Amino acid sequence: MTKNIVTTFLLLLTIQVYGQQKGSVLIKNGTLLTITDGVKEKTDILVKEGKISKIGVDLKVPSGIKVIDATDMHVMPGIIDAHSHIGLDAINEATSPVTAEVFTGDAVNPLDVSIYRALAGGVTISHAMHGSANAIGGQSETIKHRYGTIDPDEMKMSNAPRTIKFALGENPTRVHGSGNGILPRTRMGVEEVFRSSFSQARQYMKKWDKYNAEKKQKGFKGMSPRYDLRLETLADILKGEIIIHCHSYRADEIYMLMNVSRDFGIKRLVFQHVNEGFKVAPELAEFGAMASVFSDWWAYKFEVYYSTAYNATILARNGVVTSINSDSGELIRHLYHEAAKTQKYGGLSDVEALSMITLNPAKQLGIDDRVGSLEVGKEADIAIFKNHPLSIYAIPMITLVDGIIEFDLENDADDMRIYVDPEEKIEVTLAVSDHETDRCMQDTDFLFKQ
Amino acid sequence: MNHIAKIAVVILFTCSIGSVNAQNAKGKKGTFALTNATLETITNGTVSKGSLLISEGKIKAIGTSVSVPDGAEIIDCSGLTIYPGMIDGGTRLGLTEVGSDARTRDFSEIGDVIPQVQALTAINPNSVLIPVTRVSGVTTSLSVPSGGLFSGTAALVHLHGYTPNQMYAGFKGVVLNFPSTGRRGRFDRRTDEEIKKASDKSLKNLKDTWAKVVEYHKIDSAIKAAASKEQLDYYPEMEVLLPVLRGETPLLLEVNTAKDIQAALDWVENKNLRVVFTGVSEGWRMAKELAEAKVPVITGPVLSRPTRDYDRYDRPYANAGIMHEAGVKVAIRTSGAENVRNLPYNAGFAATYGMGKEEALKAITIVPAEIFGLQNEIGSLETGKIANIVVTDGDIFETKTQVKHVFINGWQIPMESRHTKLYDEFLERSPGLKK
Repeated sequence: MTKNIVTTFLLLLTIQVYGQQKGSVLIKNGTLLTITDGVKEKTDILVKEGKISKIGVDLKVPSGIKVIDATDMHVMPGIIDAHSHIGLDAINEATSPVTAEVFTGDAVNPLDVSIYRALAGGVTISHAMHGSANAIGGQSETIKHRYGTIDPDEMKMSNAPRTIKFALGENPTRVHGSGNGILPRTRMGVEEVFRSSFSQARQYMKKWDKYNAEKKQKGFKGMSPRYDLRLETLADILKGEIIIHCHSYRADEIYMLMNVSRDFGIKRLVFQHVNEGFKVAPELAEFGAMASVFSDWWAYKFEVYYSTAYNATILARNGVVTSINSDSGELIRHLYHEAAKTQKYGGLSDVEALSMITLNPAKQLGIDDRVGSLEVGKEADIAIFKNHPLSIYAIPMITLVDGIIEFDLENDADDMRIYVDPEEKIEVTLAVSDHETDRCMQDTDFLFKQ
Repeated sequence: MNHIAKIAVVILFTCSIGSVNAQNAKGKKGTFALTNATLETITNGTVSKGSLLISEGKIKAIGTSVSVPDGAEIIDCSGLTIYPGMIDGGTRLGLTEVGSDARTRDFSEIGDVIPQVQALTAINPNSVLIPVTRVSGVTTSLSVPSGGLFSGTAALVHLHGYTPNQMYAGFKGVVLNFPSTGRRGRFDRRTDEEIKKASDKSLKNLKDTWAKVVEYHKIDSAIKAAASKEQLDYYPEMEVLLPVLRGETPLLLEVNTAKDIQAALDWVENKNLRVVFTGVSEGWRMAKELAEAKVPVITGPVLSRPTRDYDRYDRPYANAGIMHEAGVKVAIRTSGAENVRNLPYNAGFAATYGMGKEEALKAITIVPAEIFGLQNEIGSLETGKIANIVVTDGDIFETKTQVKHVFINGWQIPMESRHTKLYDEFLERSPGLKK
């Protein structure tokens, strides 16, 4: 018993210490792809206490600081994935068309080896999203890839804006209409879910406003309205405190959500996947909605049959802030290559292509003041590549989060698991020949037993 | 209407027909001289400032002193590079259209032992996925059925034509989905016992089936030896498996984990089959054994996750290179359908992670050609070969490289697909914001 207590205490202590880690390091002589301030050859970056403190030529080496020689290497901001499900134990709370009250932050799994593999692809931040089973899904968590901790809270990017997952089209209509026999079964129903939910939230806000005003008056007698976490969340969306990230494919449904948002005064809107975003690119730009797209995924379901790999380019050229995401434990490992496809499909410049996996996803998550470019004062999430990251010959060499080296090819062990299942008898082997689809619908398969 | 007006109407009408393609613009056949190009011949090195002459569907001449015949259409390829068409050694192209819609999926038939079902029958020449694939330089694809034990017969097709026969590239192979022993991923929720049971059943099925083939072979041979008039009963699967047993029809044996690869090597030993291992995602664990057994391999996708949680993150990238290094003949596949166009990137990652550019390029050109026994027809730029040609503005592996021209069987392929057409329509949408 005593031993257990001691162990637990020690464990807590290590977590605490780990949580406080911010690195200091000097990255020497690299080719800096700053995103916001061009390319800087043979330049150094000084990182102090997890933040970029200086960028310049021939910076002095402060005593006792680790030096990374980046000669002939490309140094870029850590890659950010605006749509991911790695590091999560649960994805879909598929029990109602509206589940705004749940948080993926309650299901963060820091032991997921996918996090390490993302780091090995230069990815330092991912948006750990709720799935797309519900028209209004749960709130998502922006995580920093601090691999090695066993404390879920350590994964979270502190003070990142709140986000919530919405979903349009086939997924919510399949799960609830076809699967459960309740609204929404059609795209008409999906709109109805939004309009009635936001209307209820408005009413809820009014009740509370009234109560809060009246309770200050002398001699007030009465009860507070019922506290409802679902409506609280919806109210926070109306107040602009939560960014909507909406799973979407078809142009008409994208257009619908912009109309609904306008009617309810909602401004912070990011469309996810948004395969047919290119068809309403001028409208997206006018609204100020952003787009987070696949580089080239299409035809895996009917909604994406009329897609084009030129989507990102068309959106960007129309003035929509666009990012390339993975939605996959596989793709997340080579987002630098996915971004390069915008050069094949539409000839985007290097900085435009790289923005799609750095500054633009940062904007979509509301963290662009902290990460997404190499700038003094920003957090030291940095990826170092041999060869240009947009080249097919690129190799991620070192990845830092908050100035701490989280991946280093030269010192990389084969087995990077933190947790080993002691009961597992038969080796888990993935059948790679099976086409990996997105995990947006994970945990809903019970509805579709064939 | 006066004469001139009539002519004008006719011209207008003809033009409007010419520009309307409900599906795709037509390919163009003819004599083409591609001049001033860098030629990546694959089998005879790199030629700079060379020319390549296409006529009657074939490469008629190649080199630095090609004489261009009268009437040939000259395509100036200054600054461009010519490659042989890329060959994907394993896809579902043509066998599926919309992934989630069962009505458009034709790669998995009901039944365990159905080698007689033909992929070539179900390949849809008009699939929207095909133009999307070929404008990226993949000209040839092995479309492979899956599921069950003997899943069917795969067929190699060139990606241009209006009937399966026009597309057929001259190779078929029977698919054996070799019984697998492991868990099929983290979401395979069967108990250990259920997994063991399923794999034992599958192994027994293979043994029983093969015993029948051997028996069938013996009877058939005896009848033929005795010149007897006796006839064997008709068994469709035996008709197809008999030539497999006799080493006449190739066997595409799908196998992935190390343990299963060993079991498959044991199974093929002394059988004298014309066998190719496909998948082979853990080939790096068994490279020596595969090389010793001299079994050729078609591996991929390279862009995939490690098969085990405790494996190094880059194993799938490095797999092809490790096998090649050990002496295995390795071709690369995507296993895809809608994104078979990513074949050069799969090979490119293999190149980056140990295989090297030259060998990775071979793995999607001459090596699959050799594996299919078509090394005299496709897979390199050589006189007399089928004119499957890709012209690029740079290194074919580099992501930003643009494919400028594609020829398949000597047909000049229109460089358009659903993806390019949507780009053309929507880059500057009209009407824009206003009505």
